[in-house]
Amino acid sequence: MKELVIISGKGGTGKTSITAAFSAIANNHLLCDTDVDAADLHLLCAPKIKETFDFMGGSLAQIRQDDCLDCGQCRLICQFEAISEDYVVDPIACEGCGICYNLCPTKAIDFPQQKCGEWFISEAKSGPMIHARLGIAEENSGLLVHLIRQKSMEIANKNKNDIIIIDGPPGIGCPVIAAVTGTTAALLVVEPTVSGVHDMKRAMDLLKHFKLPAMVLINKSDINPQMCQNIINEAERQEIKLVGKIPFNKSFVQAMIEGENVYDADIDKELSHNLNDIWQQVYSFTNNLEKKLSFINPL
Amino acid sequence: MIISIASGKGGTGKTMIATNLIASLKQPVTLLDCDVEEPNAHLFLNLKMGDKEEVNIYVPKIDNDLCDGCKKCSDICAFNALAVIGSTVVCFPELCHSCQGCELVCPQGAISPGKRNLGHMEKAKSENITFFKGTLRVGEAMAPPLIKAVRNKTKDDETVIIDAPPGTSCPVITAMKDTDFVLLVTEPTPFGLNDLKLAVGAVRELNLPHAIAINRADLGDNKVHEYAKQEGIEIIIEIPFDRKIAQIYSNGELLVNAQPEWQEKFQELFGKIENRIKAGAIK
Repeated sequence: MKELVIISGKGGTGKTSITAAFSAIANNHLLCDTDVDAADLHLLCAPKIKETFDFMGGSLAQIRQDDCLDCGQCRLICQFEAISEDYVVDPIACEGCGICYNLCPTKAIDFPQQKCGEWFISEAKSGPMIHARLGIAEENSGLLVHLIRQKSMEIANKNKNDIIIIDGPPGIGCPVIAAVTGTTAALLVVEPTVSGVHDMKRAMDLLKHFKLPAMVLINKSDINPQMCQNIINEAERQEIKLVGKIPFNKSFVQAMIEGENVYDADIDKELSHNLNDIWQQVYSFTNNLEKKLSFINPL
Repeated sequence: MIISIASGKGGTGKTMIATNLIASLKQPVTLLDCDVEEPNAHLFLNLKMGDKEEVNIYVPKIDNDLCDGCKKCSDICAFNALAVIGSTVVCFPELCHSCQGCELVCPQGAISPGKRNLGHMEKAKSENITFFKGTLRVGEAMAPPLIKAVRNKTKDDETVIIDAPPGTSCPVITAMKDTDFVLLVTEPTPFGLNDLKLAVGAVRELNLPHAIAINRADLGDNKVHEYAKQEGIEIIIEIPFDRKIAQIYSNGELLVNAQPEWQEKFQELFGKIENRIKAGAIK
């Protein structure tokens, strides 16, 4: 079983729309949305939620005022300035390290584990889908990504799915690292803008750092021919396979408004052909690679 | 006065608005690029960047000659960054959250402060613009402490604009916490609306005054407008979808330079935000 992850560095380049289109074309796959703090894939795949689970993340300190002697020890040792002068813990500043809880001389601090979100096993239009929702302003997105990737793998193994298609988060930090480590291959969806090129290079560096085979897809390719050429040159220089170009197309937004993926919406025949061709290349590239056996959670 | 420019969804135009806004102002202004995973503001500003300042974070340094294998350090670590095998401590620095608990509890004094590199900061200056940019080291997972370091570069009396990272979790919370106003940039599509709702949830949780900027305003449907009306959130600026604007942006140019009529609109935007902050302060 293979795992393909779709990332971009820069946000808004079309990761989710492309992922949803692939899901309409691909056979025997499982979908996994790892953009857990701004998940959108469900808006294109009409998943019917079969099971909902709590995501228990880290713990937060809570001071029991009745038992607190105002000794000041916790405020002194907290590195995150999370405890106010009147000994109330700011849940947003608290990092969940628990040293106040461990070292309070009167044991006046509780450290309960927090529910930080939910995750779902669903049946989408195209097949099984695992997705999640991180609570507002919550931490531990990397941990949640790690969890749903693990569950995706268990379920895909049970289903005997060929491939897991992972919609990744933007950026190159904790949730992205958790989404890419140990996958079979990554597809970079890039737009031909200075920001797009700049962010693509950092995402390429990240994939190189984790020794992951990469491909590049240029979206909105006709917005800037020069930048488009820069992307092609950079991909060539780094020996990264270019799987295709998709010119700017309003069908993406139209399909989104219909709550449909752009392939099944089939507003533009040429676009659907192009997407099919791109998927065949992405699939055969990924399918010819060996998947590493395990992955580590960097958090 | 600190104004943060944020969005749930990526690629909605945060950097475009932040850079055009500061380029329209005549008074001294500081721009902080807090999107440390993918900082882009410098690409539009043509400023000569200064020397790199490394940003490091605390991780424990272990002297295994002094360790007697008591495991107090690994027991207190909530992030599994330390493992004790016999009387040897193995540290996984990338898992460390810098709470320093291990050093506090080690009875042998075997732990002292070490460091892990998070990335770097750079500064640039022009006539009225001071610019700070944080860049996360590739492979480093933790953006928030670097974002904090960039935010610490400002003084209380400055006018500060923060270009925040996308999302609704710790990086963006760190970037917009304790700011005076949040401009939420979105696009009028189902994705834009879905992520805007999440972002509004986050600014309400932090109790921050906010308004909406709609980019590519005529591209999708009118659900964002309906939502804003229903929730009583001001739509403070709208930028139309225009291939020309997309091309200007794609070349790394500023809209206010290519189409000077935009200067006034961004000045107006700043005036409106300033008034909202002042009105809030009186309340």
